[in-house]
Amino acid sequence: MAVKIARGALTYALTLLGLLLMTFVLGRVMPVDPVSAVVGWEADRETYERLYREMGLDQPIFVQFWRYLTSLASGNFGTALRTSRPVLQDIANVFPATLELATVSLIFGAGVGVPLGMYAAARRGSMLDTIARFVTLAGYSIPNFWLALMGLLVFYGWLGWAGGSGRVAIYFEGIVPARTGFILLDAALAGDWEVFRSGLQHLMLPAAVLGYASMAYITRMTRSFMLAQLSQEYIITARVKGLSETEIIWRHAFPNILVQLVTILALVYGGAVEGSVLVETVFAWPGFGQYLTNSLLMGDLNASMTCVLLIGFVFVTLNLISDLLYRVVDPRTRS
Amino acid sequence: MSVQSAPPAQNESWLYRKATSNWQARLQSLYFGWLTFATNPLALTGLLIILALLFVAAFAPLIATHDPIAQDLTRTLLPPGPEHWFGTDQVGRDVYSRVVYGSRITLYVVFLVTVIVTPIGLAVGTIAGYFGGWADTVLMRVTDIFLAFPSLILALAFVAVLGPSLENAIIAMTLTAWPAIARLARAETMTIRNSDYIAAVELQGASRLRVIIRHVVPMCMSSVIVRATLNMAAIILTAAGLGFLGLGAQQPSPEWGAMTSSGRTYLLNAWWLVTMPGLAIATVGLGFNLLGDGLRDVLDPRS
Repeated sequence: MAVKIARGALTYALTLLGLLLMTFVLGRVMPVDPVSAVVGWEADRETYERLYREMGLDQPIFVQFWRYLTSLASGNFGTALRTSRPVLQDIANVFPATLELATVSLIFGAGVGVPLGMYAAARRGSMLDTIARFVTLAGYSIPNFWLALMGLLVFYGWLGWAGGSGRVAIYFEGIVPARTGFILLDAALAGDWEVFRSGLQHLMLPAAVLGYASMAYITRMTRSFMLAQLSQEYIITARVKGLSETEIIWRHAFPNILVQLVTILALVYGGAVEGSVLVETVFAWPGFGQYLTNSLLMGDLNASMTCVLLIGFVFVTLNLISDLLYRVVDPRTRS
Repeated sequence: MSVQSAPPAQNESWLYRKATSNWQARLQSLYFGWLTFATNPLALTGLLIILALLFVAAFAPLIATHDPIAQDLTRTLLPPGPEHWFGTDQVGRDVYSRVVYGSRITLYVVFLVTVIVTPIGLAVGTIAGYFGGWADTVLMRVTDIFLAFPSLILALAFVAVLGPSLENAIIAMTLTAWPAIARLARAETMTIRNSDYIAAVELQGASRLRVIIRHVVPMCMSSVIVRATLNMAAIILTAAGLGFLGLGAQQPSPEWGAMTSSGRTYLLNAWWLVTMPGLAIATVGLGFNLLGDGLRDVLDPRS
């Protein structure tokens, strides 16, 4: 067991080192001129030379990588050019917006996806199953930025139900004090229900768009987990006992797929960050995704590589956790 | 092969008879596969969509009604009508013709990425799976690092460094798409590595390269084909996403993602600018997904 843990920890550490190597190569080695990438083309000779040495570009590549590692280890992720603030502080500022979006979209995705997947599996080959199959495949096929634009066109442009871009209507901007960073919570804490309504109106559409992709994945995975359970003997026993379909599905089969489901939900939560890149761009949602794309478009390698590194870190860690969870809960994987 | 053929029954075509040659056996299994495939309406729909895409791309000059990049500033932002089926854009280009020509770019990207990625993934996966040990550890560690990033994020990072263009977008997508195939090929290889027929070939003195190429790779092909087809849908979405962010194909190229992006400004007064190219992306993406899903039912009996 101890050996296993040690090996797992080593693998994790190696993967992280790989991630760092990748962002190092992308950010520092591949650009033809990393100095100009930071100070721009107009910098005078003196500034250029100073930064060249400051960035350690006169050192051998191994030394550069080591310096990169040690500076990250001491919490120094560099300064964002666009805002001239530390990148980490920027990310901390924008992250709650994305977290709020991802959370609501996950609630939507799981709320629809889990029951749909359960019943699609229970009535395999039925009309419902075909519809579920089509809906999930469409979720994999429709580009989320287009779905977002169509949503804006219909629900904002034509029907006027949804709010436009941003997190609240522009005249509500900054009215409630930012205690948690989640606009709905902040508004509720301040007791300002008009802001709350506006926030909800703005949140609905992006969350639904993002949630649709999550729902597609959740439905699909739930269906296949359920199919595996429904062919087991304990289900036949339950049927023979004369239990109702609802009882069999929800009281007998469902608890057994719960672990797998939770690990899937964790991955979907992480995946929402990827989805948010395009959706936040469409809705001008001031979150992590928009920060990343803006940094990329401005050529700010410091900020964008830190974002990329962070996403990689979150994914590797989520994978590790779901792996561990499996081992703890399912005794068959322990031996 | 000296298999005695069964006495031919009058009413059975040679497709049903006992196979007397490898060729016939292959055709028969293809035919039975097709029979399974054809019972799935969703899969057939997917196939039809892809065939339509190929047709449109091949005959784009005949199908398009206008020049896709010719501007006509006297006819800007016209709604769909008999003259311009999908309307015109902000500089008077015919949206229908642009969508038609856009199919060529989509097909070009999908084809190129798949052709580059599949052999790389197969090579890495089968080598790791067949040799095991250190080769396996090293190759899979590298694969895992690439898999740690969501594909769009990694493609974004690569394009950001390489500079925005269609070619760089293709390179970026290539770099992000091979690990999935490698993982799959490795898993398939692991299941057959210790089987008797591999041992038999090895005892006959076949080189490792020969074992991998002639005896391992063919066994991986069916699941790799399924994965590659489903990958194509993902490639289309990533390419469109990059185009949408302005990091893929550049104006005035009629790439669907870029078209959606430039139509965004006119969303509320010219809905067709965003709707039409997006619909094309969704349809083609759905086609590849349906096809891949149907192929999985035929080629991969386990799932």
